[in-house]
Amino acid sequence: MAQFWQQVVSGLASGGIYASLALALVIVYRSSGVINFAQGEMATFATFLAWTFLHHGISFWPAFALTLAVAFAGGVALERVVIRPVEGRPVLTVVILTIGLLILINGATQWIWGGAVRKFPSPFSTRPIHVGSAAFSIQDIGIVGVCLVAVALLTLFFRFTKLGLGLRAAAVNPEESRLVGVRVGWMLALGWGLSAALGAVSGMMVAPVVFLDPNMMQGILLYAFAAAVLGGLESPVGAVVGGLALGVLLNLLGTYFSTFGGEMRPTGLFGRTAVRRV
Amino acid sequence: MAPLLELEDVEARYGAIKALHGVSLAVGEGEVVALLGANGAGKTTTLRAVSGTVRRSGRISLVGHSLERRSPEAVARAGIAHVPEGRGTFAELSVRENLRLGAWTRRGRLHGEEERVLAYFPALAERIRQPAGTLSGGEQQMLALARALMARPRLLMLDEPSLGLAPLVVASIFAILRHLNEEEGLAVLLVEQNATLALEAAATAYVLEVGHVALAGPADDLRADESVRRSYLGY
Repeated sequence: MAQFWQQVVSGLASGGIYASLALALVIVYRSSGVINFAQGEMATFATFLAWTFLHHGISFWPAFALTLAVAFAGGVALERVVIRPVEGRPVLTVVILTIGLLILINGATQWIWGGAVRKFPSPFSTRPIHVGSAAFSIQDIGIVGVCLVAVALLTLFFRFTKLGLGLRAAAVNPEESRLVGVRVGWMLALGWGLSAALGAVSGMMVAPVVFLDPNMMQGILLYAFAAAVLGGLESPVGAVVGGLALGVLLNLLGTYFSTFGGEMRPTGLFGRTAVRRV
Repeated sequence: MAPLLELEDVEARYGAIKALHGVSLAVGEGEVVALLGANGAGKTTTLRAVSGTVRRSGRISLVGHSLERRSPEAVARAGIAHVPEGRGTFAELSVRENLRLGAWTRRGRLHGEEERVLAYFPALAERIRQPAGTLSGGEQQMLALARALMARPRLLMLDEPSLGLAPLVVASIFAILRHLNEEEGLAVLLVEQNATLALEAAATAYVLEVGHVALAGPADDLRADESVRRSYLGY
């Protein structure tokens, strides 16, 4: 039983990371109607920036805050400069553009910082704390905590501020929002900024665990997609629940089942086995 | 004195199709003006040309400030509240959130503003926390009107407020409009299929035909006009 709870908590830690990235995807999806395929690379880029700040002797939390601010500004700028010109075009155009951004930002990251894998410091101790016979890592608990605080702050912002109301209005009914005077274009940009900052949170939380490299977020983005789809692409709450559930589920599966279906049925559940004479 | 809203030779188009061929009209301070006409005559397009939700040219001015190049957001900030046909409330948001959005363009505290507006619409006060999409058609029309009033507009533009509503509801909406006009001096540009209602509510009326003004004058004169009576009033 102790092992079960340990695995649940460490699953929640990865779940928190999926959840914040999934929420970033959902915010953009709700306002612009597209999946931002570059969300993961934007987060990686921001995490490399954080690494640079840390490298220059800034301590962790100020560097964290500074990174969020820069990521926010970067997200707003990307929307204004890159996405704005294709606003109102077919969804596929915008999707392809975000895939282009993915490649571009990935390239920029490699160009600036190189392809090497780096160690990224954790603000939390990796020491375990013992509850009964179970041992939980402080780092895991810290990661869940930071991700959930970020999500909670964003929720409060959406629910209780005038700007948050404007963002929601612009997402559900842009035409009508214009008629009451909401500058819908800026609301979209603001959504991109918030998403970028949230992505940066997940990047900085995951980097101490998986190490920092330019392709760090690519696998995580896949899980974030899965989490967002699981929770319902339109639903911010769904993204968070989906992310946490996915993290826990994957961790438990990995613990209790030594082989995945993929090894037993490599062509998939219903795939046809190819037979070839050799 | 310059009128509150003035349109001069306004044209509007949807893609290649021209919907307005030079419309000129004026709404005075504190005046209710009705736009009449058959389907497709350009009534809705005229309102959309003012609020900037259709491509337009010509001269549009609100107390001397030109609007014809402004975005819908900027027109709203200039003091024009446009309640489009089909109510246009934010269905997913609560009644209170809809009202707060109505006051988007206003700065500072809105103390007592919600109460002031809700005093006209007691039915909405009871449903303040409900999503707007769960309201009845009449309540949604009232919410659209209440939301527009939250902006304290200089001019209210209403598109077909009676559409699809029960006669009693329509009567109460028009009673509220009359009250707002007489007590608070609210100017209204009203598009309405029901010409009898519109001519009762308005001081001045314009009859549109295929994108231009065919007839204009005091509402009483139009009511007495033979052709208007036969075409729009049906007797």
